[in-house]
Amino acid sequence: MEKDVILQKLMELDFIAVDMGLYLNTHPEDTKAIGDYRKVVAAAEEVRMKYEDAYGPLCSFRSDAGENDATWQWKNDPWPWQIGANPSLAGKECR
Amino acid sequence: MWIYEKKLEFPINIKKPDARMAKLILESYGGGDGESGAALRYLSQRFTMVTPEARATLNDIATEELAHMEMTSTMVSQLMQGLSKDEIIAGGLDAYYVNHGFGVYPSSAAGVPFSATALQSKGDPITDLYEDMAAEQKARSTYEYLIDMAEDPDVLAPLRFLREREIVHFQRFGESLEIARDHMNQKHYFYQNQNKK
Repeated sequence: MEKDVILQKLMELDFIAVDMGLYLNTHPEDTKAIGDYRKVVAAAEEVRMKYEDAYGPLCSFRSDAGENDATWQWKNDPWPWQIGANPSLAGKECR
Repeated sequence: MWIYEKKLEFPINIKKPDARMAKLILESYGGGDGESGAALRYLSQRFTMVTPEARATLNDIATEELAHMEMTSTMVSQLMQGLSKDEIIAGGLDAYYVNHGFGVYPSSAAGVPFSATALQSKGDPITDLYEDMAAEQKARSTYEYLIDMAEDPDVLAPLRFLREREIVHFQRFGESLEIARDHMNQKHYFYQNQNKK
């Protein structure tokens, strides 16, 4: 499903950004890592916008949290804890 | 201030209800070495860190722990969906059920409610960072025991992800400790205004 593919891509990119951010906190002078971090954040932003355009807001604010739609979209399901809200990892299990 | 993102840090799609696993995973949500304690520990300790690196590390790992609270509680909730009376009793979830139903409550697997007595905030960056490194190792052990008890790949995948994060956090706290210690071991000079005669 297209939605799951985009969401999984975004989760992957955001995770790389989270992990690199922690690394940079203790390695603030690693300029190569800073360059990589910026690339990942930019790529994630692109995917985030694509997802939000198609499936609704992801961030509680500083993002399209529904303010551009006629009705309030933020409240809509699915919330991330709901079954079926997340991309499936079937076939991608690690051993 | 925090911004909520309507997604998990790692996908969780548990299709098979399992009362026993729901009860066990509560340990990593509201147990002594669980994610609630981790988040509260780092959020409370960050005020007395002495270097920018340590402040950023405490703040950002605390933030990630909030996402792990969400992941562990999501696992508990999904594992309880659709359980029958017989399954609740067979899985040992009956004592939990009569208090909380299918609600998610922060307690240990043995039913002890979450308590801040499981953590410290000493106001001493060296003491706190050692506690943080120990906390990450304790959480790693807990995830390994949970992995021992799990069989469903939908449950194993997020548990393995969370275990790996404990190892990364341990590494970052170790680096922060080194940086903080170097900073505190430097000589600190306090100059008077040299122009004043």
